[in-house]
Amino acid sequence: MKGKREIGLLVVLVVLIAACSFAKPIFLDPRNINSILLWMPLLLVAAVGQFPVIVARGIDISTGSIVGLSAISVGLLVKASPTIPVPMLFIAGGMVGLILGCLNGLIIAFGKVPAVVATIGTLTAFRGLTFVVSKGDQIDSTAIPQSLTSLANQGINIGNVTISWLLFIGFVLAILAFFASNRLQFYRNIFAFGSNPDAAFLRGISPKTVELICYCASGSLAGVAGTMYLARFGFANPGSAGQGFELIVIAAVAIGGVKITGGSGSIVGVFLGCALLSCINVALTVLGIDADWQLLVYGATILIALIIDSVSQRRKATA
Amino acid sequence: MKRPELIPAILTILVVAFFWKISPDFRDVNYLLANTTIFAETGLLAIGLTLIIISGNIDLSVGSSLVLTSCLVAKFTNDGTPIFVSVLMALIIGTLLGTINGLLITVGKLPSFLVTLATMALYRGAAQAMMGPASAKVPQPLKGIDRSDFHGLPYPFIIFVICALIVGLILHRMILGRWLFGIGTNKEAAHYTGFPVNRATISAFAITGFLIGISALLMDSRLGVARHDLAKGIELDAITIVVAGGTAIAGGKGTMIGTVLSWLLIYFVKTGMGVNNLKAEYQLTIIGIILVLSVFSQQIADRFSTNRQRKTTKIEAR
Repeated sequence: MKGKREIGLLVVLVVLIAACSFAKPIFLDPRNINSILLWMPLLLVAAVGQFPVIVARGIDISTGSIVGLSAISVGLLVKASPTIPVPMLFIAGGMVGLILGCLNGLIIAFGKVPAVVATIGTLTAFRGLTFVVSKGDQIDSTAIPQSLTSLANQGINIGNVTISWLLFIGFVLAILAFFASNRLQFYRNIFAFGSNPDAAFLRGISPKTVELICYCASGSLAGVAGTMYLARFGFANPGSAGQGFELIVIAAVAIGGVKITGGSGSIVGVFLGCALLSCINVALTVLGIDADWQLLVYGATILIALIIDSVSQRRKATA
Repeated sequence: MKRPELIPAILTILVVAFFWKISPDFRDVNYLLANTTIFAETGLLAIGLTLIIISGNIDLSVGSSLVLTSCLVAKFTNDGTPIFVSVLMALIIGTLLGTINGLLITVGKLPSFLVTLATMALYRGAAQAMMGPASAKVPQPLKGIDRSDFHGLPYPFIIFVICALIVGLILHRMILGRWLFGIGTNKEAAHYTGFPVNRATISAFAITGFLIGISALLMDSRLGVARHDLAKGIELDAITIVVAGGTAIAGGKGTMIGTVLSWLLIYFVKTGMGVNNLKAEYQLTIIGIILVLSVFSQQIADRFSTNRQRKTTKIEAR
């Protein structure tokens, strides 16, 4: 049955784009496509990180706070020494995320605390830490060097459509994750652990290692997304940076067909889930739907995606 | 562990003793009681969530249901609906929203985490679509329950205690409670035992919805306005209370007294930090650490007691 889910998603995506561009031809305007493409990189990178965690029967709810803390830390770093090269900023963001993710992993794998509880706890704790680190101050746009923000508005031009460097980084990470998930023995172990932890243990897969590494990966990618946040928005507020982002990420992964109870899913699905959510978000604006209605439509879309999925799976089961 | 509520009980005593010693402001019993009015709303959500989590489900939409109900009630009362009717309506709307969650989970055969993640956006989205950026004023007769008291006990606190008692009885003394524990322990087995799995699950969500209705009335009454962006993140507070009270997130284990004690714990910690002028950001971090630590200590106590059990069985076997 592999691949059917992805094809279904692709059909939904194409139908959505066709319907929107039929209703409003401006939807296919290069500038509009650019705004869809700007929405994607953050979501994509964080979702690629969330993917192994959910496959391994866990969940990382602290993603939003990790994005916030990493954005603030990188902002402080850049404020202190503005000449620091841009790649270093991404590494710094990833390191911050790695430490936080490792903490999650230790609490969950070695402390045996259920993932939902542990990451809800660290969601609050990391958000508090963001305020402590920044002393409650916002990182202003004046502190962010041009070299970082230009990653969001410059890139590879194809006609009038710009693939921003940020999106390029996102694509590269997603492609790396795609090959990793298909080729690496360790990634197979994650799937094995997710489908049946007991059987995986008997086959000699260490559950602690699998869980620890999954949360480390999720944390460090969320950290990279934090640096991207800084590049994309040009400022970071300790209260609002990444706030609520975790739910969008989990929604994208779930829409992408990754089973929330673990054991199955694909990076291609995650990619399409992110693309679909980005399109929906931009479509709402283009179709002139009042900003106050967006959350409602957003919730309804997730619900409909879930119901369609459940119906199709039940049909599969009876067939 | 046989008595998971021991940990919040011990922690509560320690926290109270600590703040009692270091800050004179904390020793004002009247202030302590008056301050419960804000926490009663979160407490009501935690009572309902205890049922849901014991049944092996989760409800992330409680905060959004709370906001939608409070907005609807404020709007209706403003449009001239009599108070009695709008109070009734709050309870009905809350119950309805909970029932919708329950139906989607049982009849739709969907995981509760995802369903309530979606309705979390959906319900708050509905409130936002209805209200826009405006806020609805709550008319006079509905206002001010937080400032009224019965022999020094504020009414929201009394309502919280009564609700905890009633739902505690349902959970521990009635058949619905047995069903919920059974479903949370093993859904398949519960089904084959003849437990009405769907009916019991929907009931748990409906009861939570009813409590959300009460909570929405309290919030409307305390704040005097209803807006779509109120009570953000309250669902995480409520889940923190339930889980720190010894209810297992995987279901099948938990007590109402544990939730009430853990509510007291969080309340004393928050109030104590407040009167000691601790910055809000430190407070956030500390609450997060409390959640993780309390679950962690339960895990350790669990392992300790199973080890002891193993030892005794070994001895018996010999």
